[in-house]
Amino acid sequence: MTLKEKAEALRQQKFDLCDEVDNRLKLADDLSDLNAFVRLRPDQARQKAEDVQSRIRAGKPAGPLAGTIIAIKDNINIRGEFSTCGSKILENFRSPYSAAVINKLETADAVIIGKTNQDEFAMGSSNENSYWGPVKNPHDKTRVSGGSSGGSAVAVATGIADVALGSDTGGSIRQPASFCGVVGLKPSYGRVSRYGLIAYASSLDQIGPFSSTVEDTAYLLSQIAGHDHYDSTSVNLPVPDYCSLLKEDVSDFTIGIPEEYFSEGLDTQIKDQIYSIIEQLRAAGASIKKIHFPMTDYGIATYYIIATAEASSNLARYDGVRYGLREGNDEDLIAMYGLTRSSGFGKEVQRRIILGTYVLSSGYYDAFYNKAQKVRRLIKNEIDEAFKMVDAIITPTTPTTAFGIGEKVDDPLTMYLSDVYTVTANLAGICGLNIPAGKDKNGLPFGMQLLGDTFQEAKILRVGNFIEKNCS
Amino acid sequence: MSVSKEEIEKIAQLARLNLKDNEINQIEGQINQILEYVKKLDELDTDHVEPLSHTLDLNNVFREDIVRESLPRDKALENAPLKSDKFFRVPKVIKK
Repeated sequence: MTLKEKAEALRQQKFDLCDEVDNRLKLADDLSDLNAFVRLRPDQARQKAEDVQSRIRAGKPAGPLAGTIIAIKDNINIRGEFSTCGSKILENFRSPYSAAVINKLETADAVIIGKTNQDEFAMGSSNENSYWGPVKNPHDKTRVSGGSSGGSAVAVATGIADVALGSDTGGSIRQPASFCGVVGLKPSYGRVSRYGLIAYASSLDQIGPFSSTVEDTAYLLSQIAGHDHYDSTSVNLPVPDYCSLLKEDVSDFTIGIPEEYFSEGLDTQIKDQIYSIIEQLRAAGASIKKIHFPMTDYGIATYYIIATAEASSNLARYDGVRYGLREGNDEDLIAMYGLTRSSGFGKEVQRRIILGTYVLSSGYYDAFYNKAQKVRRLIKNEIDEAFKMVDAIITPTTPTTAFGIGEKVDDPLTMYLSDVYTVTANLAGICGLNIPAGKDKNGLPFGMQLLGDTFQEAKILRVGNFIEKNCS
Repeated sequence: MSVSKEEIEKIAQLARLNLKDNEINQIEGQINQILEYVKKLDELDTDHVEPLSHTLDLNNVFREDIVRESLPRDKALENAPLKSDKFFRVPKVIKK
């Protein structure tokens, strides 16, 4: 049942939402070894379910997400609820306000079942950097879920939640969606308000949905998108009814295939399957066009300079004064800062703060940070040129299927390189959708990525929906 | 361009992170490996390229100067590690 059908079924009282919530909580409990949730919200979820249901019984209207059970990444604030961001430094932090997307979900009558595990401050590609321990892949528990929104991907892959929200700074929605076999969308920068999302790299961060079908992602996006005066980077553009734009036809589309995304390093099973889907699109009438992205090779280097620079500045706020952990209260102020931050932040976060501080420091600013910003311009120009010729671009989402837990933890650079296909969308501000594409010989899922121009989510959702329903 | 142990120590101090000796050694190696990798950006000629800090064409975003409700003080103080009355308490800043 789609989210839309669920809302209708609930209105007709065809199922009991309170029972449904209990079933999901039971399932979450049975699957607790996957470590997908930092905290479940049994009381609040049941209360919301009862509230929605009693309104329906009384003949009163219910919102478009009535019947929807959603999981929320732990870096998105819910008023009165813990927001740990996967970090010891925020272990006891309860947000005094709700994110814009949470207010929208609550108004639309969604049931929020819990907060999901993530890499600390969304820094990671495997979910092994969480203070709460790694999230395990439901298809093989010895493997990673992907990150940084691993818990949200697993919550949807296991059916604990119908849909989930995550955040994507360099691939943190699309990569775990690929590893866990679900749909995940990074909307264009500015499409969804970031108000109440704990910042990692502000010029790259974006909130987006996870779901089992493209249609549900389209439906949820229509609910969470839109301008918000608390986030001045959210754009004031009308929000389309994305579901109504999902017509099952791609014959009027030109789809670009960038050669550089299919070169060395890509698992041949993934490559062959995506090529097979491209041929099916061609057979369905789409024009397939080879394109070139020579800048692809510079994406990771650009990303890790810009993201760490922004992170080192954003994370300066964790000083042990206004909220979060404090250590060394008996020392002087400067010593307290140091003790608090080195005790509260994990290794990867400290590494990125150091790298970010270095590339911003006088003497190195031009060589690294300014250089990366210039290359970011070149990357964006290349993408803008491509979208003058094509409606959507197809690439792999990840070079491999999920890797083993522990396999890459001691080698940050190798870990960073696993984001090679996803960082470009964030650097250029465009939208990117992962849809499941197949399974490898070990039964592990992998996805493919559809890239769309800025605010052209409708186009990639339409291609994704077509592939989901017509390709094999 | 590689970064020395002393530089890592200085950067850590600026970022208010206390690193142990073994952590400094480990981070030094990892940071140098990453810096070596990002040097590939030097292959590109960017002399006449404008830096891009933000993908949206936004300049100033104005709004009417109307007072709106904001976070009440007691709510803002709720998460403080230490507070007294209306204030955040911090360790002594001025030397005795």
